[in-house]
Amino acid sequence: MARRRGGRPVRGKRSAADKAAKAAKTAMPKEEAIEVEGTIVEPLPNAMFRVELANGHRVLAHVSGKIRMNFIRILPGDRVLVELSPYDLTHGRITYRYK
Amino acid sequence: MVTLKSAREIETMRRSGKITATVLAELMQIAKAGMTTRELDEIAERGIRERGGIPTFKGYHGFPATICASVNDEVVHGIPSDYVLQDGDLLSIDIGTTLDGYVSDSAVTIPVGTISRDAQRLLDVTRESLMIGIAQMQSGNHVGDIGAAVQRFAEDHGYGVVRELAGHGVGTAMHEEPQVPNYGKPGTGVELRPGLVLAVEPMITQGDRKVEILKDGWTVVTADGKLAAHFEHTIAVTEDGPKILTLRTYGEHPDAAKYVPDAEKKVQAR
Repeated sequence: MARRRGGRPVRGKRSAADKAAKAAKTAMPKEEAIEVEGTIVEPLPNAMFRVELANGHRVLAHVSGKIRMNFIRILPGDRVLVELSPYDLTHGRITYRYK
Repeated sequence: MVTLKSAREIETMRRSGKITATVLAELMQIAKAGMTTRELDEIAERGIRERGGIPTFKGYHGFPATICASVNDEVVHGIPSDYVLQDGDLLSIDIGTTLDGYVSDSAVTIPVGTISRDAQRLLDVTRESLMIGIAQMQSGNHVGDIGAAVQRFAEDHGYGVVRELAGHGVGTAMHEEPQVPNYGKPGTGVELRPGLVLAVEPMITQGDRKVEILKDGWTVVTADGKLAAHFEHTIAVTEDGPKILTLRTYGEHPDAAKYVPDAEKKVQAR
């Protein structure tokens, strides 16, 4: 029997309102960070992901602590919000998974 | 945590693997059009229990059956049901046994009656890719070498390699560390050492590698509805190379003869 990969399943249920509130919070731009939408291309070890951004660029992104705390599973093909530092545009932080 | 097994533990796992292999070989020979996958499941459970084993899958995170029976576009973890096998189906059977506390895990994909040439090719390539993966299981190599070899072979044939599921360490639990993905980079991951026991299980798709999980919470299907195949063995890394603990005497790849466990050789020599 094959072992399932990726993060642990979401614990409990979160309402759409919760998610929206969360999105509003996490989507609040921190100073100077650039937020871009992207699509997960492939999962990598250590909760890292290759993400294709709306502008076609591919970046390496890790999962923000908040998302990790809430055990949100991220799979290839998911649309996510990525925060990029203006100093290093090849690395990002996944702050929100749309659904 | 990655655990290494002693020679004694590996011997127990080989005996466990023997039951898995024998029952799986039996299922391969009796699976025919007109049978339901539930009938196969019942035969499998009886086969394991009458040999003193316990079906590992039954009750595992709530899985209801002894075998996973995955037909056509179902990749793995199909739940046996009243589905009647049809001529031309591609049937994957995955089975696991616990004996004296140790698990063995193995799977094959077989044709039901006559299948298309395309389906046969997918089956052959997947079976071959398992052998190619096993060939990498030399002490000093890394887990990434297995995945890289499988991925390369399958993708060179134009097939997709499923990434959401992976092989795994096997021992007293079915799923132990490390994960053994069917893709990767050579030289990365856990180093293989004598005593490491892994289940290597390429899941190969005819079309795109994307998969979905059905509402039953188990059945993994290809997103594009194309065929998928799955082969698996439980293998121990030893000083003189990999040893297949779930080696069958029926329907086995010819190369598997290179990886016969020593205890098995003695039996055959008699």
